[in-house]
Amino acid sequence: MLHLILFVIFAGICAGGALNMLLQKHPINSALSLIVVMVSLAMLYMLLGAEFVAAIQIIVYAGAIMVLFVFVIMLLNAGEDEQTKGSRVAMLFGFPSLLVAAGVLVYTLVLRGGNTASLAIGQFHGTAENISDLLFKEFILPFEVTSVLILIAIMGAVLLARKGGTE
Amino acid sequence: MNSDALTFLLTAVVKILITIFVLLTAVAYTVWLERKVVGRMQNRWGPSRVGPFGLLQPLADGLKFIFKEDLTPPYVHHFVYILAPMLAVVMALTAIALVPIGPSITIGHITTPIQITGVNDANGGSSDIGIGLLILLGITSISVYGVSLAGWSSNSKYSLLGSLRASAQMVSYEIALGLSLVGVLMISGTFSLREIVRQQQGGFWHWNIFGGFQFVAFFIYIMAAYAETNRIPFDLPEAETELVAGYHTEYSAMKFAMFFMAEYANMITVACVASVIFLGGWSGPIPSFLPPILQSILPVFYFLLRVFFFIFLYIWIRGTLPRFRYDQLMAFGWKFLLPLAIANIVITAFVIAVRG
Amino acid sequence: MVPLSFYLVLSAFLFACGVCGFLIKRNIISLFMSIELMLNAVNLTFVAYAAFWQRLSGHIFVFFVMVVAAAEAAVGLAIIIAIFRTRETLNVDRVNLLKL
Repeated sequence: MLHLILFVIFAGICAGGALNMLLQKHPINSALSLIVVMVSLAMLYMLLGAEFVAAIQIIVYAGAIMVLFVFVIMLLNAGEDEQTKGSRVAMLFGFPSLLVAAGVLVYTLVLRGGNTASLAIGQFHGTAENISDLLFKEFILPFEVTSVLILIAIMGAVLLARKGGTE
Repeated sequence: MNSDALTFLLTAVVKILITIFVLLTAVAYTVWLERKVVGRMQNRWGPSRVGPFGLLQPLADGLKFIFKEDLTPPYVHHFVYILAPMLAVVMALTAIALVPIGPSITIGHITTPIQITGVNDANGGSSDIGIGLLILLGITSISVYGVSLAGWSSNSKYSLLGSLRASAQMVSYEIALGLSLVGVLMISGTFSLREIVRQQQGGFWHWNIFGGFQFVAFFIYIMAAYAETNRIPFDLPEAETELVAGYHTEYSAMKFAMFFMAEYANMITVACVASVIFLGGWSGPIPSFLPPILQSILPVFYFLLRVFFFIFLYIWIRGTLPRFRYDQLMAFGWKFLLPLAIANIVITAFVIAVRG
Repeated sequence: MVPLSFYLVLSAFLFACGVCGFLIKRNIISLFMSIELMLNAVNLTFVAYAAFWQRLSGHIFVFFVMVVAAAEAAVGLAIIIAIFRTRETLNVDRVNLLKL
């Protein structure tokens, strides 16, 4: 019962934040709504027993990636969104197709999904020890490849941010 | 809800109220302590008129903040302008919920650990969240928003520059802060703060700074913490001689007081975390002739001694050192502290692997 | 006890919001944020299934998705800053020539 109440609260905040992100015109308001979505997703991860992933979500996504977004919005002084003809057409087709897409997915997952057993709090724990056990034994190769990926991203970002462009 | 859950809820509410009250009073009197100590170091009295030894000065300051005119400049981005100080203060006060202040205390028939997020576990002991330290780092990451949104929403050049510098500084030193704690994590094998303290009991040679040889990590943590809380020698973003007042230029009265409170509450939280992780938390001699309730309170007193030592260190350094220039500050964080922290991790891992 | 389908419905809704945002927004940064929302929706699906089947591989995948999202955010924002420097606009409709 408590699980259901907590899920409804955090899912409501999540869905509300996502809708608010769509409806706001100024990018800083969209960014703040996205931060709310990410924090509520972290709470949902905790409900599902993924405590390490929840902490990492807050530290990496809400605490680093969104800080980057907010920096760029502040630096570039992004103003409110302009409504061009293309965007009005997209809104005319976009919102109904959002409802249609969501409806199709809901139909497929809920009514034709098959086995939908329940998940309880505390049934399964993604602790740091278990995850590190998997990460450094079974998934060691993807782990090393992602470190190379991060190195490439660092080099790319430094190169792009230098003044004088393509030299 | 059954009576166990209700008891837990009520004890948690009582602990929260006591902690908030103590923390806010401590913030006010840390300001008094700083003004007194810095004044004495500069060979002057510090506050000495309002009450004996100036002890009622925080009360006078609080009344001043409440009665000041709360001005909102016309061209600010209203929602974010009001959100920023609230975010700063909430994150600063939330972090104290994870810090273990003492072992369990038994009043009547209720036994509870002296920590807001601590629970009694199945076999009579006390435990807390398995990832307490990670959540603390997460809260530190989110408090960057208070600073950056404050400067941007004020719609003023000085505020924007100050907040950009402050948030870039905080984000850079967060890395060194996190990495300096990894050495201790490898020694303790857990993220749980209560467990880390428990492994340091029994004499000062068990503390992580002496027995675990983490004095380099301690040094890195202290430096990174000073930069995170924007204190001298890293307080360029809010120095009065540099950018008017940096990111809180356009804030007045109560909102400014909230930033002020947030900075000192962050200081106290950092001091608590340093004493838990490096200096053995609440360990100290407990004579057995004391009644049980005093035996539970005495460790809290030892913990507060350590926190006071850290706060005094903060204030001492504030009165002594000049401030870094911004490029020196960023170079220090990225080119000195980060490689040193990684070297500390590698050496600690090597020693642990060789020993066990 | 919450059925798995509730989590999947929420994830589907978030993904649909991300796609819709990608279609209707004209500011490059808002487009990028819709992409991050889509990635988060997929993360929720991974974690929900990991709890359902009691296997931790889902969490490992979430870890990798976060790493890729972080790398992509860093490089993407650097590209956005470069675009702003040369064309001085953040409107996607105006970035329609390969060379200025």
